[in-house]
Formats: sequence, structure tokens, C-alpha cells
Amino acid sequence: MNTPLLEVEGLQAWYGESHILHGMGFTVAEGEVVTLLGRNGAGKSTTMKSIMGLVPRRQGSIRFRGRETMGLPPDRVARLGIGFCPEERGIFASLSVAENLMLPPVVAPGGLDLAAIHELFPNLAERAQSGGTKLSGGEQQMLAIARILRTGARLLLLDEPTEGLAPVIVQEIGRTIRTIRERGYTVLLVEQNFRFAATVADRHYVVEHGRIVDHIANQELSARMEDLHAYLGV
Amino acid sequence: MMMIFGKPAPLLFGQLLLGIVNGSFYAMLSLGLAVIFGILNIINFAHGALFMVGAFSAYLLLHWFGIGYWPALVLGPLAVGLFGAAIERVLLRPIRGLDPLYGLLLTFGLAEVLEGVFTNRFGSSGVTYSVPRLLRGTRDLGFMYLPNYHAFVVVAAIVVCLATWLVIEKTRLGAVLRAATENPAIVQALGIDVPRLVTLTFAGGVALAALAGVLAAPMYSVNPGMGSSYISIVFAVVVIGGMGSIGGAVFTGFLLGVVEGFTKVFYPPGAATVAFVVMVLVLLLRPAGLFGRSR
Ligand SMILES: Nc1ncnc2c1ncn2[C@@H]1O[C@H](COP(=O)(O)OP(=O)(O)OP(=O)(O)O)[C@@H](O)[C@H]1O
Ligand SMILES: [Mg+2]
Repeated sequence: MNTPLLEVEGLQAWYGESHILHGMGFTVAEGEVVTLLGRNGAGKSTTMKSIMGLVPRRQGSIRFRGRETMGLPPDRVARLGIGFCPEERGIFASLSVAENLMLPPVVAPGGLDLAAIHELFPNLAERAQSGGTKLSGGEQQMLAIARILRTGARLLLLDEPTEGLAPVIVQEIGRTIRTIRERGYTVLLVEQNFRFAATVADRHYVVEHGRIVDHIANQELSARMEDLHAYLGV
Repeated sequence: MMMIFGKPAPLLFGQLLLGIVNGSFYAMLSLGLAVIFGILNIINFAHGALFMVGAFSAYLLLHWFGIGYWPALVLGPLAVGLFGAAIERVLLRPIRGLDPLYGLLLTFGLAEVLEGVFTNRFGSSGVTYSVPRLLRGTRDLGFMYLPNYHAFVVVAAIVVCLATWLVIEKTRLGAVLRAATENPAIVQALGIDVPRLVTLTFAGGVALAALAGVLAAPMYSVNPGMGSSYISIVFAVVVIGGMGSIGGAVFTGFLLGVVEGFTKVFYPPGAATVAFVVMVLVLLLRPAGLFGRSR
């Protein structure tokens, strides 16, 4: 079997003295959409940030295309070809929509060009000159995804892209994720909404107290509903 | 003689001009201070000392290498900017992320060291630097005499402030800088080398201070204390304009210069304190400053 695109092994992380991740381990293969499901505070976002190198105190191994990334600063991790869309979206108020879109440097060939992005997200073209945070929540989420599609990154980390958005927008984000998947991107998705996750993903990992406690293929999801309810407390 | 508000016109215009000249220095210094504060979250107490080093750089370039005013206008800020980059890498980077108080104390100490070193070498009375030949002399405007060099300083300051504003608001580098001011972690996770950007920005702010220093060298005595006499006013400017607001810093710089000039005409004893009176009023009425966003 080929090396997975992303391999996380024995990942531990701390914020100050509080120990948050206790040996996370999972893999994502090229072309897959994989989710991390789990309750509030389980450590999903911390996992994403650790992959990006944004959590200073961590241990274990994170390999991208077989290459160890532990110890690299966040900008070097991004330049390996990982695009990060943070939970709080990270749209900048003092930058226009166009400036937000063009902010991340191109790290590899093969990213979407501006025309393709505007075709996928027509609103961003219309509102190019508005301030970034003048957009609606849904549009800001689109912008946060669009700007990492430009860079040529092949692995996208999306942290709860549907959080707090209206159902129609959630559907639109679902369509977007399926589209980028068809274009060959690999996605690691954090979700609490497993109904949404089921519409876009191949596999799901369940996170509890900073470790993976279960692994469910998307086809098994309906058979495992009871377990999922117990895990997520919904 | 023409009188305005009971004061002779040449006196009034003369003080107004001096106010605008002083305002030019306030604007350039507070601009650099605001840019540095935006991205490092550090109030650079060494800014005045680096202005002084800039003035001395012009003098030293002339006396050591025979390099005159015009090249010094570029080489001085460049050299002092490089020095700034070294300060950032060696001294400020290790304390990044700690309480801003550490940065404040460190730059305060740095200012003392710089002043001490130059006092030790050149004495506290300092040295003189003459006005470049091209800009000597004065022009009779009818209502007042305008020294050419004063006019040059004002024009240069406006050009510098405008250019800095354009870079920050209209270029890609400026967009990256604004983004990093808001959230450096996210900017770095998007693939931008933020530590290098921080070094570059600090060096840029320091170079602006040094450029102001070179411009000041022919007008004032070049002495180790010249920075500290400016820096307290410049802090008032930054507070009045609003911490981190670029346009606010520039506008307030010129404004305070003019206010000081008029105070000198109408109530001379108040000239030295008027900036602080304005500061207190602004802090009482608009704590975030005239142009600042409250954080
Ligand atoms: N910057 C921080 N400093 C200290 N503790 C933090 C910090 N960020 C998160 N935590 C703590 O770490 C734990 C895991 O947080 P994390 O954000 O990874 O959870 P999550 O699974 O993403 O939850 P959510 O679904 O609410 O986003 C929580 O207990 C949280 O309080
Ligand atoms: Mg989270």
C-alpha cells in the first residue's frame, strides 16, 4: 500500500500545563475526505492546529507525504502543501475580500486560478472590494476555503466549516466539498454535525478526550447510529 | 505691519512654519512607532534614540567616509535599519509572546545605552552638520521668510508619510502586514514567514526614525539627547492619534506641531505642555484616540 498523504501517530499536545491530546493517531490517504467527529472540547481543533505547527508544546509524529513535519514552523508546514481553514475562519477585517483571497502565497502549481474560484464562488467576485468581515458568515467561510484552493495545497484542513450557518449555506458548503474532492483534493474535516459529515466523507474518526476512540467507514454509519449518538451526546 | 489676532503676521506665520516643521518630525517618528506597535505589540522606547543615531549617521558618514548629505539620506536609514533588524533578531525575538512590558523595559534600556554610548564618544553638547549647499538660503514670501531647508523637510516628510501609507494600504506587502497585525498565527499558517516580516517591519520603522534623524541633522545640533526631547511628544501623538493607526499618527503629528506653534505665539509658556494637555483631553473624551479602534 502507498504511504498515506497524512499520518498522525502518538500525537500529544499541551496548552501551558493542560494536557489536551493524549496520543492521537490516524491517517488520511490521497483523494479521501476524512472527518474527525467529537464533542465540544474533545481536541479536534487542537489536532488541526498541531498539524499546522500552531501548538508549540507537542510530541509524537506527523508525517506529510512520508516527511516528518514535527518541529517545522507553521509557514513551512503550509508550504509543504497543506491549506488550513481555521474554526474562527481567519478572515481579516482590514483586508478587502480580494486581498484576503490573494493573501496566502502559491506553494505549488495546480491550484485553482482566479477565474475558477470566481466560478465556484460567484459572490466573492461581486464583493471583491468589500471589507473581508463585511461578508455574511457563509460568504466568509467560502472565502476562507477559496483562498486555500488557490495555493496549490493538496491537503485541506477544514475546521467545522458549517458551524453556525443556515441549512441552505450548509448544503452549499457540502456541494463545495464534493466539488473539490472531485478535483482531486484531499480533505481532513472537523465536524460535530455527523449528518452533514455523512454527505461528504469516506471515513470518520471519533475523537474523545484527546484520542481516537473509534473509526467508522461512511457505509457503516447508519448501522452505527446508536454508538454515534452515545459518542456525540446528541 | 500686517496684524492677525493682534499679532504681527510674520511672527504668526514664522511660528506656524516651525510648527509644521516640528510636526513633520512628529509625523515621521510616530508613523514608525505606530507601524512597529501594530505588528510587535511593543511600544518602542528606543525610537527617539534611533532618531538620534540616524542624525549621527549623517555626521559619521561625512566624517569617516566623506559621504555627503544626499547619499546619507539613503545610506543612513539603511545602516540604522540594518542595526534595527539585528536588534529585533537578537533582543526582541526572544521576548516575543511575553508580556509587552518586557519589550517596553528592554527598549527603554536600549535607549539609555545608545544615548550613553554617544555621550561618551561625542559629549552631550554634540556636533554640527551643515545644510547641504543646494538648500541653503531663504525665500521671501512677502508675508514671511521661508528657509529653503525648512520647506524641503516639510515636503520630504509629506512624501515619506504618503509613500509609507501607500505601501501599507495598496501593496501586497502592506496587506500581509495588516493581516499579521490582526492575527499573526493565522497568517503564518497560511504560509507566510511572519518572523521575517516582523524583523522587516521593525527595521522599516527604525529606518523611518533614522531618516527623520538625517533630515533633522542640519537643522538642530546633533546631540545624544536630541531624541529624548522629541520622544515624549511623539508618544503623546501616538496616544492622541490612536495606537496603531497609521493615518492617525501622521495627521496628529502635523496637527500637534501646528498647535504648538500657535501656542508659542499666543501663550508662550504653554508651548511645552500643550501637547500633553491635548493628550489628557483626548484620553478623557476618547480613550481609544482620535482614530483608534478600541480593542
Ligand atoms: N488556547 C488554549 N489555551 C488553553 N486551553 C485551550 C486552548 N484552546 C483550547 N483549549 C482547551 O483544549 C481542549 C480542546 O479544545 P479544542 O478546541 O481542541 O476542542 P474541539 O474538539 O475543537 O471542540 P469544539 O467542538 O468546541 O471546537 C478544551 O478543553 C479547551 O478548553
Ligand atoms: Mg474546535
